[in-house]
Amino acid sequence: MSTAARSDNALFGMWAFLATEVLFFGPLFFGYVHARLAQPDAFVSGSHHMHIVLGTLNTAILMTSSLTMALAVGAARKGGPPGRWLGLTALFGLVFLGIKAAEWVMEFGEAAGAAGGEARFYFLYYAMTGLHAVHLVIGLGVVAWLWRHAKRFDAAYHTPVEAGGLYWHFVDVVWLFLYPMFYLLERYSA
Amino acid sequence: MSYLSEGYSLRSWLTTHDHKRIGVLYMVAITAFFFLGGAAAALMRLELATPAGDVVSAETYNKLFTIHGVIMVWFFLIPSIPSVLGNFLVPLMIGARDMAFPRLNLASWYIYVLGGLFTVAALVAGGVDTGWTFYTPYSTTFSDTNVILVIVGVFVTGFSSILTGLNIVVTVHKLRAPGLTWFRLPLFVWANYATSLILLLATPVLAMTLALVALERLFHIGIFDPALGGDPLLFQHLFWFYSHPAVYIMVLPAMGVASEIIPCFARRPVFGYRFMAYAILGIASLGFLVWGHHMFVSGQSMYAGIVFSMLSFLVAIPSAIKVFNWTATLYKGSIVFGAPMLYALGFVGLFTIGGLTGLFLASLALDVHLTDTYFVIAHFHYIMVGGSVMAYLGGIHFWWPKICGRMYPEMLGRIAALTIFFGFNLTFFPQYLLGWLGMPRRYHEYPPEFQLLNLFSSAGAAVLAVGYFLPLAYLGWSLFFGKTASSNPWQATGLEWQTASPPPQHNFEQEPSVERGPYQYSVRSNEYGSQVR
Repeated sequence: MSTAARSDNALFGMWAFLATEVLFFGPLFFGYVHARLAQPDAFVSGSHHMHIVLGTLNTAILMTSSLTMALAVGAARKGGPPGRWLGLTALFGLVFLGIKAAEWVMEFGEAAGAAGGEARFYFLYYAMTGLHAVHLVIGLGVVAWLWRHAKRFDAAYHTPVEAGGLYWHFVDVVWLFLYPMFYLLERYSA
Repeated sequence: MSYLSEGYSLRSWLTTHDHKRIGVLYMVAITAFFFLGGAAAALMRLELATPAGDVVSAETYNKLFTIHGVIMVWFFLIPSIPSVLGNFLVPLMIGARDMAFPRLNLASWYIYVLGGLFTVAALVAGGVDTGWTFYTPYSTTFSDTNVILVIVGVFVTGFSSILTGLNIVVTVHKLRAPGLTWFRLPLFVWANYATSLILLLATPVLAMTLALVALERLFHIGIFDPALGGDPLLFQHLFWFYSHPAVYIMVLPAMGVASEIIPCFARRPVFGYRFMAYAILGIASLGFLVWGHHMFVSGQSMYAGIVFSMLSFLVAIPSAIKVFNWTATLYKGSIVFGAPMLYALGFVGLFTIGGLTGLFLASLALDVHLTDTYFVIAHFHYIMVGGSVMAYLGGIHFWWPKICGRMYPEMLGRIAALTIFFGFNLTFFPQYLLGWLGMPRRYHEYPPEFQLLNLFSSAGAAVLAVGYFLPLAYLGWSLFFGKTASSNPWQATGLEWQTASPPPQHNFEQEPSVERGPYQYSVRSNEYGSQVR
């Protein structure tokens, strides 16, 4: 099989995998909609406890990591070394996780004490941002692997960078939904 | 040199990337689970031979039907045709050297085995009693059995389904031989392709839903238990969003098998090939829109019930197209009643009965009477056992010469097929009557007036057990003593018959160049047109 055909297969496979991923997150989003429709007030008050500055900062950081990932793919396509862009991507990803972990710790006291609708809000918050973080950790593993092997990629062969990029962007897009769902809620309902 | 002689050590099998060997690995694993799940069913039928609950306790009985359901659905039926025959045949039928991702293919087998180990561990630790449906809040709050262990098993195995599905989708899209256009694909490939799409899009929903059940059980916060402010209907919606399409995961590949065997043994091109392919896609798509018919008495909105009822009736259209087309394929054919053909004809008949009784259950008012009775049990066993297991066995016989290079004993094959057909009907037809009379499912005792029909059913189960052990015995025998098979013993047209039996490691000596569609059979003589010249 030619390299081009292999590359084609791998990217197609990644798209199919991302379709699975969308459906994997599906029940959580469905559960969120259901719970919020049932207890809208609990969700508004729950979102008041979110650290909006940290959340917004984190959103900006993650979007920037998508930019550097796109630049890494672009560099690989042109045959330039994608290494430093991959390094920056991993750095932004790590910072995001650090801030996220700090938020989790700060919110934990209130979450543990919450009852009723607010308890469900926190349950969904931890489940969804937690699953997102798990995906980000996997993404970091992928980026680290790509970084280590950056010298292998050139204009003719850079499929892993493209496929890793697709995955990274998917994880970022999930966050773009989570951010308004948990942090911006009060601004619409107040 | 055939793929079987590439290495004889256990290691050579457990580290193989060859899709054919992986298919055989799956065959061994699912056969073990089939007999394990079957043993649970045998104990249940033994208990139900008499009205009194005397063989096992109610608690044990709950565990028996749970483990029967869990094993048969996730560890036998779902991987049966796609992971065994699909793995073995799809690359051969499309003229490819292997699957698109051979290492991922092996990984999916290991993931399956890992999930199986968790499930067996739960069994050894004392079993689980929720039923295979894990309905909340019983599963999240009240059951004191090994719910989480089984959920982990099913969750893990789900990823093996997803990876197999992903592999087949990419393989069919990208690795077809030159000249093999979409409408020259054998219907078996179409069926496995559509099934794989369902595996990709439905399985992750089950995985996450079960993960949420486990979380709710662990932390007593969640979204399903009404005592915690959750909604059990949410669980049912999510569960059936997977589990109804899962029925089509089980039956679509069976339809693919029947569509290969029937034209070959009737020496006639399949009737309405394109409509057969469209019907496969139609069933796969409609399958995602009908889950609510499992919830007519659950308290979901009446209007939702009406819509789900109508959509469920729509599934009958593509299903009927398939049944009529198989029948029309037989018309004026030159039919040989070989063992694979007996299984395939059995499949068509039993699938038709299972499908038509499905229309009873899709009718809102009738379903209120029949919900949770033996009518439902009989209905889905006609589809899953009468349909899928018959087709799986038919496929195993049909492709046995290709898989191992030996012929099975034909007369024994026919006797087994007839035994299974007879035993199956004796087991499950009385259950339609029992359900109609109002006997509820999932009880280990029942009023004495139901005994006669239950006795028939238990006797049928004994016949069925004999029927299932027969192929295990003579197929095992034929591995060593069977007549050596030629490359194309059935004079069939597919690409898989254009290479040696068993095929070499990379399937074809040279890449085939496809020149026509499948099923170029003719009754006038033994002429048939292979897909390559």
